[in-house]
Amino acid sequence: MSVEANMAATAAKAPAVNTGKVKMSGNGVNVFYGEKQALFDVDLNIYENQVISLIGPSGCGKSTFLRCLNRMNDTIDVCKVTGNIMLDEQDIYDKNIDVVELRARVGMVFQKPNPFPKSIYENVAYGPRIHGMTRTKDELDELVTSSLRRAGLWEEVKDRLDQPGTGLSGGQQQRLCIARAIATQPEVLLMDEPCSALDPIATAIIEELIDELRANFTIVIVTHSMQQAARVSQKTAFFHLGKLIEEGPTDQIFTNPINKKTQDYITGRIG
Amino acid sequence: MQGWFFVLILVLTACALFYIGRSRAVTTVGGDATILHSKPGFHGAFVMICGLVPAVLVFLTWLLFSRYLINAYVTAQLGADFANLATIEQQALLRNMRSFADRADLSSLAALEVAAVEHYRGFVATAALLVQVIVAALVVVGSWFAVRAIKQELRARQFVEKTVMAVLIAASGVAILTTIGIVLSLIFESINFFQKVNFLDFLFGTHWSPQSAFEGVGAEATDRNSEVFGAIPVFAGTLLITAIAIIVAAPIGLMSAIYLSDYASPKVRATAKPILEILAGIPTVVYGFFAALTVAPFFRNTGDAIGISVSSESALAAGLVMGIMIIPFVSSLSDDVINSVPQSLRDGSAGLGATKSETIRRVILPAALPGIVSALMLAISRAIGETMIVVMAAGLSANMTVNPLEAVTTVTVQIVTLLVGDQEFDSAKTLAAFALGLVLFCVTLLLNVIALRVIQKYREQYD
Amino acid sequence: MTDLAGGNVEHVSIHTSEGARQRLAKRYRGESIFKWLGRSAIGVSVAFLLLLLSTVVFQGLPAFTFNFVNLPFELTKEKLDYDGTAESLRKANYDAVVRDAIREQFPTVTGRSERRTLGGLLSSGASVYLRQQVLNEPDVLGTNKRLEVPISDFADLYLKGQITSDYTIEGRGALRVERGENGMRLIADQDVFADALSRAKDTLRAQEATLRAQQSGLQLSLNKTRGDIKALQERIPAETNANVKSRLEAELERSESDITVLEARIKQLEEQITNIESRVANPGLGEDLTGEMMSVLVYADGAVLKVQKVTSTTANVEQYLPLDEAVTSLDASQWSIRVLEVPEANRKFTDQEIVWTDELVERGFVRSGLNTIFFTRGASREPEMAGVLGAAVGSALTLIITLLLSFPLGVAAAIYLEEFAPKNRWTTLIEVNINNLAAVPSIVFGLLGLAVFLNYFELDRSAPYVGGMVLALMTLPTIIIASRAALRAVPPSIREAALGIGASRLQTVVHHVLPLAMPGILTGTIIGMAQALGETAPLLMIGMVAFVVDIPMGFSDPSTVLPVQIFMWADFPEPAFQQRTSAAIMVLLGFLITMNALAVVLRKRFERRW
Ligand SMILES: Nc1ncnc2c1ncn2[C@@H]1O[C@H](COP(=O)(O)OP(=O)(O)O)[C@@H](O)[C@H]1O
Ligand SMILES: [Mg+2]
Repeated sequence: MSVEANMAATAAKAPAVNTGKVKMSGNGVNVFYGEKQALFDVDLNIYENQVISLIGPSGCGKSTFLRCLNRMNDTIDVCKVTGNIMLDEQDIYDKNIDVVELRARVGMVFQKPNPFPKSIYENVAYGPRIHGMTRTKDELDELVTSSLRRAGLWEEVKDRLDQPGTGLSGGQQQRLCIARAIATQPEVLLMDEPCSALDPIATAIIEELIDELRANFTIVIVTHSMQQAARVSQKTAFFHLGKLIEEGPTDQIFTNPINKKTQDYITGRIG
Repeated sequence: MQGWFFVLILVLTACALFYIGRSRAVTTVGGDATILHSKPGFHGAFVMICGLVPAVLVFLTWLLFSRYLINAYVTAQLGADFANLATIEQQALLRNMRSFADRADLSSLAALEVAAVEHYRGFVATAALLVQVIVAALVVVGSWFAVRAIKQELRARQFVEKTVMAVLIAASGVAILTTIGIVLSLIFESINFFQKVNFLDFLFGTHWSPQSAFEGVGAEATDRNSEVFGAIPVFAGTLLITAIAIIVAAPIGLMSAIYLSDYASPKVRATAKPILEILAGIPTVVYGFFAALTVAPFFRNTGDAIGISVSSESALAAGLVMGIMIIPFVSSLSDDVINSVPQSLRDGSAGLGATKSETIRRVILPAALPGIVSALMLAISRAIGETMIVVMAAGLSANMTVNPLEAVTTVTVQIVTLLVGDQEFDSAKTLAAFALGLVLFCVTLLLNVIALRVIQKYREQYD
Repeated sequence: MTDLAGGNVEHVSIHTSEGARQRLAKRYRGESIFKWLGRSAIGVSVAFLLLLLSTVVFQGLPAFTFNFVNLPFELTKEKLDYDGTAESLRKANYDAVVRDAIREQFPTVTGRSERRTLGGLLSSGASVYLRQQVLNEPDVLGTNKRLEVPISDFADLYLKGQITSDYTIEGRGALRVERGENGMRLIADQDVFADALSRAKDTLRAQEATLRAQQSGLQLSLNKTRGDIKALQERIPAETNANVKSRLEAELERSESDITVLEARIKQLEEQITNIESRVANPGLGEDLTGEMMSVLVYADGAVLKVQKVTSTTANVEQYLPLDEAVTSLDASQWSIRVLEVPEANRKFTDQEIVWTDELVERGFVRSGLNTIFFTRGASREPEMAGVLGAAVGSALTLIITLLLSFPLGVAAAIYLEEFAPKNRWTTLIEVNINNLAAVPSIVFGLLGLAVFLNYFELDRSAPYVGGMVLALMTLPTIIIASRAALRAVPPSIREAALGIGASRLQTVVHHVLPLAMPGILTGTIIGMAQALGETAPLLMIGMVAFVVDIPMGFSDPSTVLPVQIFMWADFPEPAFQQRTSAAIMVLLGFLITMNALAVVLRKRFERRW
């Protein structure tokens, strides 16, 4: 079975949406970069063990929303967030929340593969190490191996774990970053255009991977490509100029959008 | 020896506390470290910080301020005998007391001094014991509380990170402290000086001969000193040498920068730049040596040969060598400035059929002018503050002249001559150096601030 | 195209007209002048650098070798008053041992001052040097083993050919030795001394020219004074004011007495000139060889005879190394003439000393080798006993403190400012402050150290730890600025990656950013340290100009540093010190080059392009 066909099949047999447990939710989220407002009053639920994709034209605030979910926005001095974002009934912007712990629970994969300039092993082991997740070296080895396996990279790198991660190809690097993210055993995995820097074959491998990962993680993926959204996600949210225009089951958004703007975007009139 | 012993104790205690904290954290969770909120190492560091930081702070405070306590105690014990001494003698006594404190043979001391030494020893012995007890108690109490606080959900990592942050912030405060220290010490000593010498007489007086300073107090001293501490000749000498240096460095540095950025082939650039860097890296004392032993005699001999009298400490020699020294400085600053003029301006000019040099002279230099001016201001500030070249190659006597073949003196030369050797901290001569230092600091600071401002504005314009 | 341009004269563009061509040519000339100016600007820097370096190397290289004398010293227990204790060895009179050892080599030297001069051939540090060897190795006692001691600085310079140039003329014909009342005379059967004589006459001629110039100068002032007198004589009768009159009369009197003096002096010169003239005019006439003329030595059968007076065939000589009493004549192969070109009066090393030194060399007592003294000792008043080790160790101790303070502080401050500091007034103030601190003249840091460290906190004068503190404050801005640049160069994606898997900000910095920025930080630090190593002025302020003979052993021992040592030596007039100054500069530059090379290697090796 070709990868393409597999993808299509997955989308077709997607389970019923809007069921299951709400893992994360944003309520009335506004984001400001200094004076400039980048997100306006966004409400969005993210369900456990589903893939939700965020789509929309460049600069509409997809990444901004995504980065709110694990407070990566904290690193930008001028960025202010209002409204609340819940993770399992807990407001993640609450004073008592430890961002470090939050980010361990809500992991992130970035647009451009960004492996540490260290060995492949060290890249994957870094998260478990700083979080003290394993007791022995064997446990750590085991965790590294299983993470690489789940990221579909094991076969390719098992003989060169001590070589630098930066020496891998683009697609491999991105899978290494995914392995690194899942090694920390997060509950939610955020992916910001994970395939935009990759060629079609690498993209297909990663898309397949995302579908497998859904069993264990809740995944939020930002993508530029509507095909990709259609292939990998059960739900889709469409952003435009900082507003959440429409969200719903992926097939509904793509076949029968309610909002005019969504339709325009899907048919290529805005973008 | 004692210092090393102290360091050893400190390191050992630190290791012990770390180990205690770490193992305590592991035992509280029954050996399964993974369920701890923070990794065990952070708990170790937590205990270490709680145990050591207060103790070390107390100890450092004692080191810094014990002197005042001791002096106060000894003075009180000696009573009237001490109070009747002149200030200078009091100071001498305290100094002797300190230096004889750990010597066995006190036979060379006066009776009062021996008494002082004995009081000193008695006090230090008690006080040191007390401090040791306090420090030890702090370590025990601090770490005890810390160990008690260890539990599974203790946020030891946050605590440790906050401490580290405090250290980082303190480190960046050192730069501020340095500036404050400079400003305060200069101002403080200068105020002392201006109690002995009229401020205006210092700034505008035309006669400088500090060796005939009058060491005394009262109106007479002020009057007599005001006549010998007129700093105008010193300022004039500084300006003369600086002017010569800039006349040398400005055109050469600027032309080097232009040539390297617009004309030179990559190969030439690759050799010329390092050469300029070497020139910048040569210590100024080497320039001074060269100026005093090669350049100055050369000028004097040439002068002799053609019948012009040239001083062997001529301003020309010092200025010329100083100029050479700041060439790399001017050229690298100008290079930055010239390179930040956008290519579009060059293209525009070339598109009208201008030659390269016309483009540079008519378009780039005018556009880069503010940057170049501030580069020159920085260079001037550098030249004014430069010390070794002038100390070795310029004169000591303060002549008021604009003739570069004569010897003049400069602010930095005077500071060095007034301060090298033994100084009495309340003599007008010593304090005069600080007044000169204050002037030097203010002038260079002003030049730097303005220049850095202008450069920044200029950069923003083309960014 | 060609048709249009060439054929149609009316359509010539204003840019191709004759006038425009000329203007263009002129503009191109301007262009090449401009370019030439740029090239010469670079040329000036290059030329200066070459001049400076070659001067230093040329002067400094000879100081890296030195001549040692190894003599059999009489190191007996009796002579040293050795009673078995190290203390007695330390206190023994080595001066006497050294003195006797050199005298023993020249037993014929008996005069008091001659003996002193002979002793002066060895360094006055020879006894110290000898004691050191005995203390290190007491076994040499009583062995009569030859031990090495340093030669004097001028003897060393002479042996390196820096006192005088010389040439030798082989003997021709036989010399008869005549011993008379007033010393010894050599009589040749040919005009073997003609060369010496004619050179003596040349010197006379030059002297004559100088005297004449003097004379004509005096003549001028004589004429002027005469004129003055005449004027005065005319004015005085006409003067009515009594006061002025008496003043003028006094002046007249003074001028008249001046005239007598001048006339007498001119006459005296006249006589001298005539005397010299007649001597020059008569080439056959013998001459005294004075200290202003080159020195002529006759080497005869192991003896050295200094020529005092020559004719073309005879020479009156003094025996600098005595000639065997029995010798009455020498044949051509037995003797030669050596001419030392620099007149004795113009050098600080006499002919007699030259002869003795040559003799020591002849007998194999002199060894030229690496100047170990220079590399193993501290300061000294004697150039031959002075070394750079003390200053180098002082520099090292100072730099260690500087590094220990400024590196952690600088890196910590840079991390805070670059990675954590919020953008607010306070951090802007710190930034501006650091930039300005980097441009504060170094001497101001010296004033700070003097006022705060020495005066307020009463820390030790001349101590490396205080010097290190002052230099640390001075290098701190450099390190902070370099470290910030290095931190900034680490791409944000690395930080995001670490933060994204839940590393804290501090962990992100410590585990990822800092290691990646470290090569840049280290490069900046090394450059800062190199600056600190070359720094002189602030250390002068805090008393690191001390004259330190002993090698400092700890951070609070009084010390000096290399650049300050250079500064102090540059002030000493002895030529040997001049050479050592240059040599010390070479050592300093050597360290600096090593450090900078290290920085370059570090940059090249770990440079990372993102
Ligand atoms: N660090 C920042 N500072 C200021 N504005 C920003 C920053 N990051 C993003 N923005 C602005 O916020 C808006 C949303 O950006 P982003 O979320 O990156 O869009 P995208 O949907 O393409 O991922 C854009 O208009 C962008 O200019
Ligand atoms: Mg984006």
